[in-house]
Amino acid sequence: MSQAGYLGMSMAGPQAHDKRPLSPHLQVWRWHVTMATSIFHRASGVALYLGAMVLTAWVMALASGPEAYGAYMAFLMSPLCLLILFGITTAACYHLANGIRHLAWDAGKGFDPKVSTATGWATIIAGAVGAVLVFALAFLA
Amino acid sequence: MTHSLRTPLSRARGLGSAKHGVGHFIQQRATAIFLTVLLPWFALSVLLGTDGSYDSVIGWMKHPLNAAGTALLVLTGLFHMRLGIQVVIEDYITGPVARTVSLLANTAIPAILAVSAILSVAKVFVGA
Repeated sequence: MSQAGYLGMSMAGPQAHDKRPLSPHLQVWRWHVTMATSIFHRASGVALYLGAMVLTAWVMALASGPEAYGAYMAFLMSPLCLLILFGITTAACYHLANGIRHLAWDAGKGFDPKVSTATGWATIIAGAVGAVLVFALAFLA
Repeated sequence: MTHSLRTPLSRARGLGSAKHGVGHFIQQRATAIFLTVLLPWFALSVLLGTDGSYDSVIGWMKHPLNAAGTALLVLTGLFHMRLGIQVVIEDYITGPVARTVSLLANTAIPAILAVSAILSVAKVFVGA
């Protein structure tokens, strides 16, 4: 294809036409922890969109008075909502831990494969342990 | 293609970088750094400083430091969220209409959440 033809296609939106595989192309990559932490980081970030809505609704309920706050808290304490809240808390703890890992990478530290694999497992564990600690503080303390 | 009257330069114009990439990158990291402090502070402060009841949370929010910190967390978090979800939309949603609608929604939703949360914090902080 001529260069002019390619440019003409680009103007219509290259991604709609190209059949090239998308990175990281899940079908051909063997799962490894650094790839999983990258995917989890994006997924947990998307999940925190719901978390932002839950937090905003909580502050709005607080501003709306004791009845609204009580009704919202009762709603949040239903079994399904508690499960969702635990998921959001896990996503927040994981995204925070892996975000710090990303900041270290931005500073040029921790790129060694052995180190990045170890810190990858550490962020997954931090997400799970952090969520359990938050729920323990919320319901046991 | 070879019969076009447009010059190669004319066809290439407008297809380059929007020149917003570095600003996006830096804003994403700057908000991330602030959130590593704000989010743990907020979670621990609410969990340890209140029992979750209406009266105790109202009392907590009436403290200037707590009201300011909550407002900062909401603003910083929603700014960071908008930048992150923008990249996800640009990566996966390729249809021009769906992409435009998603990007507009990704501006409107954080703005609505931010205004709602800030007004609520202000009302509790000032209010009776």
